[in-house]
Amino acid sequence: MELIVQGIIKAFQLIISFDPEVLGITWLSLKISGTATFISLFIGISLGTAVALTNFYGKRLVISLINTGMGLPPVVVGLFVTIMIWRNGPLGFLEILYTPYAMIIAQAIIATPIVMGISLAAIQNLSPNLRLQILSLGASRLQMVWVLIKEARLPLLAAVMAGFGGVISEVGASIMVGGNIKGYSRVLTTATVMETGKGNFDIAIALSIILLLLAFLVNLILTQIQQRQHPR
Amino acid sequence: MNSETLIKIENIILQRGGSTVLDIREFQVQQGRILALIGPNGAGKSTLLLMLAGLLKPRQGKLYFQGRPVENRADLAILRRNAAVVFQEPLLLNSSVFENVALGLKFRRLKNEEIRKSVQSALDYFGISQLAKRSAKTLSGGEAKRVSLARAFAIKPQIILLDEAFNSLDPPSRETIIDDLKRILEETKITAVLASHDREETLRLAQDVSVMNSGKIVQSGKTAEIFNQPDSEFVANFVGTESILEGTVKSSNVGLMQITVAGKSIEAVGDFLPGQNVYCCLRPENVTVSNYTHGKMSARNIFEAKVSKIVRQGFFYKLTLDCGFPLVAYITIPSYEDLGIAKGGTVIASFKATAVHVIRREK
Repeated sequence: MELIVQGIIKAFQLIISFDPEVLGITWLSLKISGTATFISLFIGISLGTAVALTNFYGKRLVISLINTGMGLPPVVVGLFVTIMIWRNGPLGFLEILYTPYAMIIAQAIIATPIVMGISLAAIQNLSPNLRLQILSLGASRLQMVWVLIKEARLPLLAAVMAGFGGVISEVGASIMVGGNIKGYSRVLTTATVMETGKGNFDIAIALSIILLLLAFLVNLILTQIQQRQHPR
Repeated sequence: MNSETLIKIENIILQRGGSTVLDIREFQVQQGRILALIGPNGAGKSTLLLMLAGLLKPRQGKLYFQGRPVENRADLAILRRNAAVVFQEPLLLNSSVFENVALGLKFRRLKNEEIRKSVQSALDYFGISQLAKRSAKTLSGGEAKRVSLARAFAIKPQIILLDEAFNSLDPPSRETIIDDLKRILEETKITAVLASHDREETLRLAQDVSVMNSGKIVQSGKTAEIFNQPDSEFVANFVGTESILEGTVKSSNVGLMQITVAGKSIEAVGDFLPGQNVYCCLRPENVTVSNYTHGKMSARNIFEAKVSKIVRQGFFYKLTLDCGFPLVAYITIPSYEDLGIAKGGTVIASFKATAVHVIRREK
């Protein structure tokens, strides 16, 4: 019990004193996961919408695969990315193993199916006649797709939250491809794992609290946007 | 009547999943007319509407718009820009009423000032300018329907296609929306095709009717013609056996109207203004047939009639009578025998003023 209380006190000391190392780790976490989420939104929303709006042979199989991808284990992604960018791997020439770039790639791979799956469901959820209605009002294909995406903006914001939530809390892939290098590729989750391993529970608790706060703040902002747009 | 053909299809065959959805040899819509496509569910009405809107490309057969064949994507785009569809659901976007009505105009990249004017006049037409700033998702069913109609009219289409557009509305708002639509179609002279399975809606709006069954058009003609002279059993069953008489209100006094039908006067309950064109609908079971006229009757309408057709239908006879206007009556087998009815014979047909269902009709 004392351990926890001490941990929490220490955590607040670290937070309030703007400890430069903790601040650096937090900022890097935000930067990496934010960038990865952004990339996943771009790929996920466009591919999800494309799959939702086209009919092709094997569409159901593709949708099952995307839905499976929503639960992709981060360590598997970590392993896959590591092999790909390993010195002798197919993308070894990039020399990005143990860099934040590698972490962004791994996290984007984790978040993309999540965003894609939710976008797909959101677009499919719109009335099938809506597409015809928009086209009948004289929209080009591109205008139609844009209107549909705008119309599905509330569930798409949920995709942003789910995607970001998935990668900010992920540790397996980040530690495998980032290497948890101090001041370079150390993020909140990897640092928590390390401090816990060393028995520095107070710092680990502090990092966890910051992680929770961060996730809460980002979701709070997105929820505010979502609910403000939502009709009463 | 303006007989210019706006849109025409020829030898269209459309198959989906092995079954034929549309199989139409010829179908056309005249400029400025209002045509109703009627038929049971699954008859192909909606599919035909989508084709007329340029949302469905005919693979087999020909589609002409304003005399030119619609063949490639560019032709289809032209047709699409000149047609507007209104579906059963209002399909409004989650934004303001103004934004919704402006949608089609924005796709056309018009100037803001132009968009504002067009939206305003479309809203005025449907009496909903006070809703402009409201969120579309907070509207009632009737309001939402008006917005979706205004959105279609805002783009000033050549043709407007209504797919069961009034189905999900409650009766009072349905009535007023149909009246408003009728007025606006007349003012704007926009051609309209409506898919419907509602008799009254068809009678009130349409000047022409095409009846569809399993992908085919089984009969086309003027509205009264279809209802009075169905040329197949299917059409007869679908349009019902009511006699539909075209008339004009002569006078109206305390809820009792004198309506002129084919030079004769029919009394009916209702309060339309004199001069109003109407349909008088009369169910065959409400027509009494007798062979004498002496004595008083509560029925306000008594006509001498010639029996022009006799068909036995199970336990009763269906008589087609000619009173100067056509009238259908059902009588039982004993009555038929007692009265000694014969084809070409003369009888007295009577019906009560309360049995006449009067529907507003435009020219």
